[in-house]
Amino acid sequence: MAVKQVNPTRMELSRLKKKLNTATRGHKLLKDKRDELMRRFLEMVRENRALRMKVEERIRQANANFVLAKASMSDETLKAALLAPKQEVYVTTSYRNVMSVDIPVFDTQTRTPDPNDIYSYGFAFTSADLDGAVKSLADILPDLIRLAEIEKSCQLMADEIEKTRRRVNALEHVMIPETQEQIRYITRKLDENERSTQTRLMKVKDMMLAQAHGY
Amino acid sequence: MSERIAVFGDRESVYGYAVLGLDVFYFDTSQDYTARFKKLCQNKNYSIIYITEAAAAVLEKEIEKYRSEPSPAIILIPGVSGNTGEGLSAVRKSVEKAVGSDIFNE
Repeated sequence: MAVKQVNPTRMELSRLKKKLNTATRGHKLLKDKRDELMRRFLEMVRENRALRMKVEERIRQANANFVLAKASMSDETLKAALLAPKQEVYVTTSYRNVMSVDIPVFDTQTRTPDPNDIYSYGFAFTSADLDGAVKSLADILPDLIRLAEIEKSCQLMADEIEKTRRRVNALEHVMIPETQEQIRYITRKLDENERSTQTRLMKVKDMMLAQAHGY
Repeated sequence: MSERIAVFGDRESVYGYAVLGLDVFYFDTSQDYTARFKKLCQNKNYSIIYITEAAAAVLEKEIEKYRSEPSPAIILIPGVSGNTGEGLSAVRKSVEKAVGSDIFNE
């Protein structure tokens, strides 16, 4: 590995040592963060899969119900029946912080508290199949919201895990070894300088002694 | 602040959701609906957007953009034409991104 050129000075050495210290500590923290994020992510993603399969199956059923309902009515009647929905759903989004990832929490309110307000039509001109279809879809809604919440969380966490893993790897395999190498280089250089001063002094002393006493 | 939920897809697949009080956006499959979807995503009033798998297949690039954004949550749902497995593969994508390989592969 090409080592970056550094000044072999004491100041640089102490700076690098501090840097190494911070890097090591950061590495440890980030590694812990990654592990914990991963644990939570796996937990969540498992739920996500199960919930998705359940919701998809139920939507399939609801869709089948709608097709049935449509088959027994004219298109116009159906359109008219569903033209003006009575109910409205509002979402309040708050965020929960999980290991520095803001994951959304969806809170839903309906405009009216009456669960029967999903039927926006009079029962006289529509088939009973439509009631069933609407009901089956309405039953899915809480799960559907929960799915949105959990799936978005999974996406956000996956993103954060990827970022954290990159940081951990960069610290572990690049930053820390590089700094260690630089520290080693400076230490060697400084030691070498000291030895060369020592020998020079000894040599000078020898010369002075020879001059003074003729050894 | 209260936001709304949007459902995006072909008419057959999504009209039922309107009764529940969700905002439904449907389109002709013959038209280009990328622009409409983009506009919908930028609309801060919608925090959840459900989109049919069939529509999502065309808008993959747009959806990809919002994966790492906190809002909106774009969630794939099966349309009336059937389940393509695209929704589960989105979950798989998250796992692959986080773990490096799909560990729930069966």
